[in-house]
Amino acid sequence: MFYLFASVIVIFSILTVTSRRILRSAVFLLFVLIATSAFYFMLRYTFLAAAQLALYAGGIVVLIIFSILLTSHISERFPQITFKKAFFSALVAGAGAVLSIVTLLQFDFDQQYDGGQTAELPVRDIGKSLMDFGEEGFVLPFEVISILLLAAMIGAIVIAKKKKD
Amino acid sequence: MIEGIPIVHFLIVTTIMFFVGVYGFLVRRNLITILMSLELMLNSVAINFVVFNKYLYPGHLQGHFFSLFIIAVAAAEAAVAIAIIINVYRRFNNINVEDVSNMKH
Repeated sequence: MFYLFASVIVIFSILTVTSRRILRSAVFLLFVLIATSAFYFMLRYTFLAAAQLALYAGGIVVLIIFSILLTSHISERFPQITFKKAFFSALVAGAGAVLSIVTLLQFDFDQQYDGGQTAELPVRDIGKSLMDFGEEGFVLPFEVISILLLAAMIGAIVIAKKKKD
Repeated sequence: MIEGIPIVHFLIVTTIMFFVGVYGFLVRRNLITILMSLELMLNSVAINFVVFNKYLYPGHLQGHFFSLFIIAVAAAEAAVAIAIIINVYRRFNNINVEDVSNMKH
C-alpha cells in the first residue's frame, strides 16, 4: 500500500513539472496532494489528513485552477523548453537529490517503535494542545497563524481589487 | 510507525518530491506553474515533519502541529500569490516571468 502511494507521488510530481498543458499539471498536482493525505492516514494522523484534503486538495488546487482559467487559454501548450536549460536544471536537481539520499542512507536513525500502537490520535488531544499554553501547548503559534491568515486575506483583496482611475 | 516500512523509504520519497519541485522551479516560465512547484516542495517538507514525529518521537505532537501550521501558511501564501499573479496579468497581459521585468515606479 505504501509503495503504491509512493509511486503515485513520484510519478505524478514528475508529470506536474513536465506536462506542457497547464490545466493537466494542476490536476496532477491534485493527485500528489491526495496521495500525501493518504500517507497521513497511514501514519494514523487522521485529523491532519482531513485538513490536508480540505485545505490543500480542496482549497489551494481550486484556487490555482481558477487563476489558470482567468489567465490562460486551456488549449494553449507551453513552448518546448530548450535542451540545455532542461539538462542543467535536471543536473542541479539530480545532484541535490543524490546528495540528500546518500546522506540519508548513511545516517543511522534511532527509530522508536511505539509498540504497534495503531489507535489514531484523538481530536480532543489536538484541540487541547492547540489551546494550551504550558508544555506541549501551541496557543501562541495558533494565534500568530490566525493573524497571518487574516492579514493574508486582507492583503489579497487589496492587491487584486481594481484600481479606480 | 508503519509495520515493515523503515523511515528511510518515506524520506527518499519526499526527497525525490522536493527535488522534482526544484527542477520545476528552475525550468518553468509561467508564474502559476512556478507556484505549483513551490507547493510540491512545501508539501514534501510537511510530510517530513510528520514522519519524523511518528517514527522518532511517537509520544509527542510537535511535528504534527508544525505541518498543520505549514498547511495554514501555504493557504495564506497561495492566496496572496494568486492575487499578485492576477494583478500582473492585468498589467502585462501574460504571466511569463521573462516579460514581467519592470515594476510600476
